[in-house]
Amino acid sequence: MSILREKAAPADQTATRPGVRSRLTPVVVVYLALVTLLVVGSVLVGMRGEVLLDQAGILNILTRSTALGLVAIGQTMVILTGSLDLSVAYLIGLTSLLAAETMAGQNGMVVPGVLLALAVAAAVGLVNGLVITVLRANAFIATLGVALVLRGYLENNYTGPAGDVPRSFQHLGYDRIGPLPVAALLMLAVAALAWWYLSRTRPGYHMYAVGGDIEVARLSGVPTRRVVVTAHVLCSVAAGLTGIYLASRLGSGAPYVGTDAGYDLESIAAVVLGGTLLAGGRGGVVGTIGGVLILATLDTIFDDLAVDPFFKDVVRGVVLVTAVALYARRMMADRNRGRLA
Amino acid sequence: MTWRPRLAEGTAPVLVVLLLLLVGLAIAGPAYDEPSGYLALLKRAAPLMILAIGQYFVIVSGGFDLSVGALVTAGVVIAARLIDGNESATTSVILLVLGFGLLVGLVNGLITTKLLVPSFIVTLGMLLVLDGATFLWTDGAPRGALSAGFRTFGRGALDVPVLGEVPWSVLILSAILVAAALFMRSGTGRALVAAGDNEAAVRLSGGQVDRLRLLGFVLSGLLAAVASILLGGFAGVSAQVGNGLEFRAITAVVLGGVLLGGGRGSVVAAAAGALSLEALFTLLNLLGVSGALESAVQGLIIIAAVAYASLGGGLRQRLRTRPKQRNTAQPAPS
Repeated sequence: MSILREKAAPADQTATRPGVRSRLTPVVVVYLALVTLLVVGSVLVGMRGEVLLDQAGILNILTRSTALGLVAIGQTMVILTGSLDLSVAYLIGLTSLLAAETMAGQNGMVVPGVLLALAVAAAVGLVNGLVITVLRANAFIATLGVALVLRGYLENNYTGPAGDVPRSFQHLGYDRIGPLPVAALLMLAVAALAWWYLSRTRPGYHMYAVGGDIEVARLSGVPTRRVVVTAHVLCSVAAGLTGIYLASRLGSGAPYVGTDAGYDLESIAAVVLGGTLLAGGRGGVVGTIGGVLILATLDTIFDDLAVDPFFKDVVRGVVLVTAVALYARRMMADRNRGRLA
Repeated sequence: MTWRPRLAEGTAPVLVVLLLLLVGLAIAGPAYDEPSGYLALLKRAAPLMILAIGQYFVIVSGGFDLSVGALVTAGVVIAARLIDGNESATTSVILLVLGFGLLVGLVNGLITTKLLVPSFIVTLGMLLVLDGATFLWTDGAPRGALSAGFRTFGRGALDVPVLGEVPWSVLILSAILVAAALFMRSGTGRALVAAGDNEAAVRLSGGQVDRLRLLGFVLSGLLAAVASILLGGFAGVSAQVGNGLEFRAITAVVLGGVLLGGGRGSVVAAAAGALSLEALFTLLNLLGVSGALESAVQGLIIIAAVAYASLGGGLRQRLRTRPKQRNTAQPAPS
């Protein structure tokens, strides 16, 4: 079912790797790259007489990571199952509006607003999952189609920001514990939950199995359809959380808050940067958070250096392709070594 | 042996849809009572159809090209800045834009085949690089102007005997479509489809899979450059000219019954998919459906098209094989 299983697919045939080399997994590489980036960035920013990792810098990196991190956690799950979700960006806009409009400035409506946004998000995820599994549409087209439907709804009903978030709810977006924003900690908690789900529970293992080889998984008794649908529901709920968080930051809902930031392709980029295989079956949330932190740190460094914003895109593109090329090389090397052994 | 017209697999549904849309147009709009209305539609659809043809080469060999939208914008912006209203620069700039498209396709293809990066990621990276680099070069907004000669291809027409005034873009589109259809009938074209269908088999039978895929990307880049010249002429200089075109082209190809992942579908059907999409937008417009709902309709239609292709295809096959089995079971009366 995976459409993305092309040249990079040799990874499917996992070879037994010698233990010593396997220490340098993509996750380790990602965090080494992050540390290197922080050091290099600190030096570059330091040469301008400023400090990268001061209070404001850390806050900046973590705030940037929160929204993208939440989307990317969900995206990790669908990509691991060999699918992908292009509808998250419009869903983020929709949920931010639903939350803010339901709240309408009243403290009492915070919980209903959040619940409604999450319920709609889950429903969209269910539709994504069912279109893919029951109608057997390719994930790329299915979620692109759902994205277009959501876009049509947004364009037809909204012209700009709407709704009003009560002050009490804005604490979610702006409160801090020491230098750490509460929302970033919540994002990390969601990441921890996702990590636990993927690596310590049976349904989580099933996601890897389906992404590795859906036929083998099915023949081994994995309920593949249910797994794919679950992954899409969880991904959409994560996008819903992002929408709610952004509503809390902005004070209202905005139809294009997700698409302006390009969260659909950006989240896929973060996941792949974090070492998860686009074809599915390999990777995880830990790497994704590393990928998100790298992208956020790059942005912060460029801001501090007052680099042209368009240059950022160029660097992003190059970093993304280079990282994936490195992972592919390592995988080929491992495979060849496995064959020789 | 009697010759009968043979449609490639999966072509029939899109032609039926296209026909229905054209009939719908004829009923809904008085402009479509005469050929000129359809010619105008074809002129408007030409850039998307050319992009879809290019995208087809990549998709049928098993990849994706997400960079074409950014490439179209880059082509227009580069041409505007270099020409800057100077008529004498037109020819060289057109060649340069075509060369640029070729180069981008080559880079996409080389990274995909040599560095083993999935084409989705490669072309996503290329999208970011092109978007960033183009506006870095022009300081954030398109500058300069296109010459009248450059714009002729997008909006001018040529006086053709018998047919009368035929837009340049329609002529260019026809030439590309015929060339693409002939190419897909050649050995290389068939090998390209085979590479998307079963890579290992092509490799074992001596086919150069990497070279074929590379060719697909180069053709896609080149055709995106052609589309950018047409769009620049038709719509003028803007930073948004290529926005979302990559997804629209992929939608068109899928609407044409081409299988994502490669190995199935015809190039004519892909172009027909693009024309259907444009006809659909025109029809919705005529029926007074608000522009905002256009994308929702587009979304529902592509989901339906893909669902039909995967579910309907299976159903048809089941219906087709059953009578055949019955025939073989009974000995033919003689």
